[in-house]
Amino acid sequence: MNTAVRSFERRRSWIPAFAGMTACALALFATPALAQTIAITGGTVALGDGSEPIEGGTVVVRNGRIVAAGRGVAIPADAQRVDATGKWVTPGIVAGFSRVGLVEVDAVNSTNDVSAANSPFSAAIDVAPAINPRALAIQVNRAGGVTRAIVAPGTAKSIFAGQGAVIDLGSDMEAVTRARAFQFVEMGETGADEAGGSRAAAHVLFRNALREARDLGSRFPSPISGGGGGARGLRANDQRDFSLEEVPDNRLLSAGANRTQDVLLTRFDAAALVPVLQGRQLLLVHVERASDIIQVLALTKEFPRLKLVLVGATEGWTITDRIAAAGVPVIANALNDLPSTFEQLAATQSNVARMRAAGIPVALGMINDDEARQVRLARQQAGNMVAVGRVPGASGLSWGEALATITSAPAEAVGMGGEIGSLRPGRRADVVIWSGDPFENSSAAEIVLIDGVRQPLDNRQTKLRDRYRMATEGDLPKAYER
Amino acid sequence: MRSLTWAALLSAATLSACADNQQKPQTASAQSPRTAPKSYSRDPVPSTYKRYPGAVTAITGATVFDGEGKRFDNGVVILADGLVQAVGGADTVIPEGATRIDAAGKWVTPGIIDIHSHLGDYPSPSVEAHQDGNEITGPVRPEVWAEHSVWPQDPGFSRALVNGGVTSLHILPGSANLFGGRGVTLKNVPGRTMQQMKFPGAPYSLKMACGENPKRVYGGRNQMPGSRMANVAVMRQTWARAQEYRRKWDKYEKDGGEMPGRDLAMDTLRGVLAGEITVQNHCYRADEMANIMDMANEFGYKVASFHHAVESYKITDLLKAHGACSAMWADWYGFKMEAYDGIQENIPLVHNAGACAIVHSDDANGIQRLYQEAAKALASGRRMGIQISDEVAWTWLGINPAKALGIGDRTGSLRAGKMADVVLWNGHPFSVYTRPERVWVDGALMYDSSDPRRRPVSDFELGQPGEGDVK
Repeated sequence: MNTAVRSFERRRSWIPAFAGMTACALALFATPALAQTIAITGGTVALGDGSEPIEGGTVVVRNGRIVAAGRGVAIPADAQRVDATGKWVTPGIVAGFSRVGLVEVDAVNSTNDVSAANSPFSAAIDVAPAINPRALAIQVNRAGGVTRAIVAPGTAKSIFAGQGAVIDLGSDMEAVTRARAFQFVEMGETGADEAGGSRAAAHVLFRNALREARDLGSRFPSPISGGGGGARGLRANDQRDFSLEEVPDNRLLSAGANRTQDVLLTRFDAAALVPVLQGRQLLLVHVERASDIIQVLALTKEFPRLKLVLVGATEGWTITDRIAAAGVPVIANALNDLPSTFEQLAATQSNVARMRAAGIPVALGMINDDEARQVRLARQQAGNMVAVGRVPGASGLSWGEALATITSAPAEAVGMGGEIGSLRPGRRADVVIWSGDPFENSSAAEIVLIDGVRQPLDNRQTKLRDRYRMATEGDLPKAYER
Repeated sequence: MRSLTWAALLSAATLSACADNQQKPQTASAQSPRTAPKSYSRDPVPSTYKRYPGAVTAITGATVFDGEGKRFDNGVVILADGLVQAVGGADTVIPEGATRIDAAGKWVTPGIIDIHSHLGDYPSPSVEAHQDGNEITGPVRPEVWAEHSVWPQDPGFSRALVNGGVTSLHILPGSANLFGGRGVTLKNVPGRTMQQMKFPGAPYSLKMACGENPKRVYGGRNQMPGSRMANVAVMRQTWARAQEYRRKWDKYEKDGGEMPGRDLAMDTLRGVLAGEITVQNHCYRADEMANIMDMANEFGYKVASFHHAVESYKITDLLKAHGACSAMWADWYGFKMEAYDGIQENIPLVHNAGACAIVHSDDANGIQRLYQEAAKALASGRRMGIQISDEVAWTWLGINPAKALGIGDRTGSLRAGKMADVVLWNGHPFSVYTRPERVWVDGALMYDSSDPRRRPVSDFELGQPGEGDVK
């Protein structure tokens, strides 16, 4: 997003979104972002790091990065000012788990690049080349204040979906912020199905795949050998020293597993799992049921370098101690509260806050829930995480914590907290000025900056709205109105 | 709020048009017993619902939206004998011995009505064994009744009550078929049987569907309909048969003679042509809704509501002229081709044109936040300059769906003599931070957020992890 600078003019003066901005504010976006110093003043500023909002705060942006944000921030003399009095200012929303940019119309297969049922590949799949920066969902969600998204492929014939990316929702053609940011794997009901019909099969498929990656990886020079049981692996054929619970599985641990005639993965797929095995690429694992979560956390015994992120974890609140002890972050669905599957029997809207209270880093995502088009709903979901705390017996988040779940927490879950997701100094200047409290149903994004560049907020939906302000035709058919 | 008056008038006028084809079902016994020949019952399995006991209750000090477009600040609502006894300002007389609830700083509305739900027919857990909402064995299935698929133990009912403030809901068959079958209106109280939930005396509906779904399901089998033109052809042929069936039965019921053969599918369609059964028509695209209205005019019935209706904003004038409501989402778009033109201003644009707008869910999660969906739509309208007051917008959740279901004289608004279906909210009901605090159905307190014993737990959730949790 650091490339082209976009200037765009207001075109519909009746849109209140632009009515509040000063002439100065509008002019400033016509100058190149990289040379620009912007000071957004007078607004209620929320940093996104879990702290509570600051009234009358200032945000200073220079060269596409945040310089400072908060109260008592010095405004550089050369800064162009944006008066945000009466507005709210936050980091742009980071969609914690999504498929934005992979889909134009879900049910039109030719426009849907989420999964590939007839591909020979699985883990090797990399979503980055499939991202369409002009997808309607990118435009619509940008207008909804979403500036970055964690984009995961979906599974089709394997438990491994492939490698996901972190993207921006800017209006240029360079959407990918970080390609191959993580591998995504299904290990619950979906994983069982993809593995052939059982969770046990999913686990053996997973372990086999990582062993194949180890065998492949060991043939390349690497600082990390990865995988295996370390010292225990060496004596895997002697089980006498193990306690009953720890008796190893010889099929998986024995040396000499380099059997090239007995592989399930393509070379590309196995190679794609080498960085996962070595802890150089995150592994996002979708699991919901408490027992499934525990089994996934246990994988680090056999593969100690795995860097896990739990996705889903609907029953996480029932085993917060286990997740907290593992130090693993969670990307959860906020509003799951129905036993919609047997792996989500304990679903409650209190899940997020209960995990958070146990010290688990929790971000919100949209797991199999309109994740290709509606990540703009993240702010409504965050608001509901506050609301539920007002119901006796339920658990909710503070306002600042709730904002963090859709800004800094997803960024940190994918190792990008230093770059995006908050208004702390040095972060990319993804900033949204809202008409009011961004969680409220009545509020809207009025100005969206990505990397310090102001973004257009119109799209074919706003054009349809304008064309059909009155449904009846004038002197010519509707097709002539634009 | 300045425009409240005209907006309220417009919506009220539209609503009466919405509902003018809806009458209560008649039974044979209601007709003159001496001269009329023996016929079949229009309501063979009447509801066994009985309201639960309630106390005489006075809710005071609240901001009240009455569901018909009026607002009372510092308002009072009196409930007794299952009915709303009075709604008014602070000077409203409070009966002696009434349980008083000080609701200062809180809001009171009629219970929300969801006109489009599949709870019970597609219950949680969503396993294959529970997929009971579409009879996909033929595109014309008006003989099936959604009520016979309703599983009363669906945990979704309690979530809709407790989190959503939903007190009545209409369960529809799915949209795989052109004629999906009959829909049923339920009161949102737990029951051991569907009949214990059934809204007494509510008309049945006929679920119809146009567009992608029927042609995809049957075209994929090399069967009619495989195209939109076949959708209409099959529907018209079916209506023509229904007219013939109706003629035979009308003649028999008037003149006697040999009783014609019964056809349960045609019974449903005859009920529509006689104005006893409402038509709830799944349809997305503007041009297709226009085709459907043409067909309805041809065969002499009215569409009570178009459901989903993501392009209603393009034909608000036609919808208003037909008197059809649009039951819509706030911001869904793009999940299928016929939803590609969905916009966030659909609901306010329909309302603003004087047509009838309804917020619906079609979703076990969405039904829990219909009030938030209405709030988003309202805000989108205001941003484009359509000023609708909060209390008028509540008609989208109150009297509009009630009228479109033919129960507008019983519920859907707070008015003396109507069912005491009431929600007390812990804040402004269009705020994201707000939840129901108490919910009454027919004057019985069915949910109280401060009392864990007033929170229903279905059989399915008993003994499961999280039983009785706040959810």
